[in-house]
Amino acid sequence: MSGDNVAAAKWFEQRVAEWRSAGARLRSLEHGKSVPPATVLEAVRAYPEIARDLAIARRGAPNAALTKYLEGVYRELHRSLFRPPAAFWRSVLRLFTRDAAAAIRELRWQIVAVVSLFVVCIGAGAWLVNAYPELASLFASEQMIEGVQRGELWTDNLLNVFPSSLLSVQIFTNNIVVSLIALSLGVLYGLGTFYIIAMNGLSIGGIFAFTAQHGIGGRLFQFTAAHGFVELSVICIAGAVGMSLGEALARPGELTRAAAFQRAVARGLKLMVVCLSFLVGAGLLEGFVSPNARFPLAARLAIGLSYFALFLLVLSGALGRFATARDPRT
Amino acid sequence: MESIVRIPSVTGVDVELKIAGPGGRSYAFVIDWHIRFLAAAAWFIVGTIAYAGGLRVLPADQVQAGYTFVVAAPSIVIYFLYHPVLEVLLRGQTPGKRMAGVRLVALADGGAPGIGALLVRNVFRLVDSLPSLYAVGLATTMLTKNAVRIGDIAAGTVLVYDEPPSSALLDRLSGRAVSQLGLEQAQLVRELLDRWPQLGIDARRKLAADLLARVGIPAPDGDAALRAKLEELAG
Repeated sequence: MSGDNVAAAKWFEQRVAEWRSAGARLRSLEHGKSVPPATVLEAVRAYPEIARDLAIARRGAPNAALTKYLEGVYRELHRSLFRPPAAFWRSVLRLFTRDAAAAIRELRWQIVAVVSLFVVCIGAGAWLVNAYPELASLFASEQMIEGVQRGELWTDNLLNVFPSSLLSVQIFTNNIVVSLIALSLGVLYGLGTFYIIAMNGLSIGGIFAFTAQHGIGGRLFQFTAAHGFVELSVICIAGAVGMSLGEALARPGELTRAAAFQRAVARGLKLMVVCLSFLVGAGLLEGFVSPNARFPLAARLAIGLSYFALFLLVLSGALGRFATARDPRT
Repeated sequence: MESIVRIPSVTGVDVELKIAGPGGRSYAFVIDWHIRFLAAAAWFIVGTIAYAGGLRVLPADQVQAGYTFVVAAPSIVIYFLYHPVLEVLLRGQTPGKRMAGVRLVALADGGAPGIGALLVRNVFRLVDSLPSLYAVGLATTMLTKNAVRIGDIAAGTVLVYDEPPSSALLDRLSGRAVSQLGLEQAQLVRELLDRWPQLGIDARRKLAADLLARVGIPAPDGDAALRAKLEELAG
């Protein structure tokens, strides 16, 4: 019987009860239930003690079952004690009042670049269809082209085909997916985002030019007036976020590529959560207002511009400043 | 060789997490895929039977908002939002991950990832699933140090093995055995005794003899005698 063995046995006998109770305590902490303060304090006290025991076990018996047990207890104590406090609704409020505006400020140059690209592509699409009318087939299906040539818009009878509620869900789901694709394809050093934004711009320009050639461009504008401002803005912002991801990968600065990418994603996601919630509203407008002939252009513009003003209010941070000014604690 | 990610702690003793490779990750995914597919299909089939009075394909002109919102849309939601919703609710786990014994953790602190990180890793499924069958994601897990897909890189998360600590060993390990054999040998003796019935006679005799030789005790003859000697040492 060596002296080391005796010391190990003494240590084991002194500590085994603590290891058992630490394991039992973990179950209540891990499940996130409300636990008495005494239990939490016990866990805080046990954490460094288990760390010391684990260090001893790793040195004495690195592959033994006791070491694995202590690894598990230590890992779960660490996870429970260092879990950030749950503040979901406060985070959501902060997102709409501060974080989105901060992200917009940081991404202002990418937004300018993407909006410029989008506008240039709209102009290019319009020019292409005006100069070469047969190119309309690049942007519209044969059925759409035949309809426009008869002076009908594909949006004219939408409500006879789908109820507004169904139409809204289809539209905002599709728009959200397009925005997320524009964002996530930024991982291809921004080239994927460039492609999505350019194609969207060319399509919009081409289709507007094609409908204008047949004298129904105004009707298409009337259809888009209520939802288009916010919808197109969100797609541009998604593109700007995607571009920032590509930029983080191409020019990470002092950070590693992975760290720069994570930072860009975290910033972009905050902005996108706010933007996508506005996209849901735009989808509802596109399902209920845009295809409904009872809304005249003036009403559509009033609705569309009011919604766009609310969108700008949130993204400019004015909502946050208003909330701060009204908060008696500030 | 298993990969370990080490999370620094205020105690100076790192938290060590075993990284789940492409195998563990795929195993969890396949289980989850079956669960979400079956759940979505079950909702769709039961809903269609209840709505249409039988399992039949409804013509387009009979598909109304009620059917879409109560039958079709929830099935799609179950299928596509299974991962983000369950990962948020179960703090980095899903039923498949639980069955596979893996869990998502934040690479920064080893804790459960936040809602934002979980949403990010799910948004990037759009890229990881390209061109099909998660080819990009699978290739990335094979090429990256921590076996992560692009969504995990973006979110700063990593998939690790997560076996809950079992205190069964503590109840069967005695201080007397540790003082006689040392910490490591005492546990090996205990583990050998636990596995004794599952091992073949030749294998357990050899293991027992080797173990006794390491602590300088001559091995008795016979299977029962060997076991009795080990029981005596284990206390």
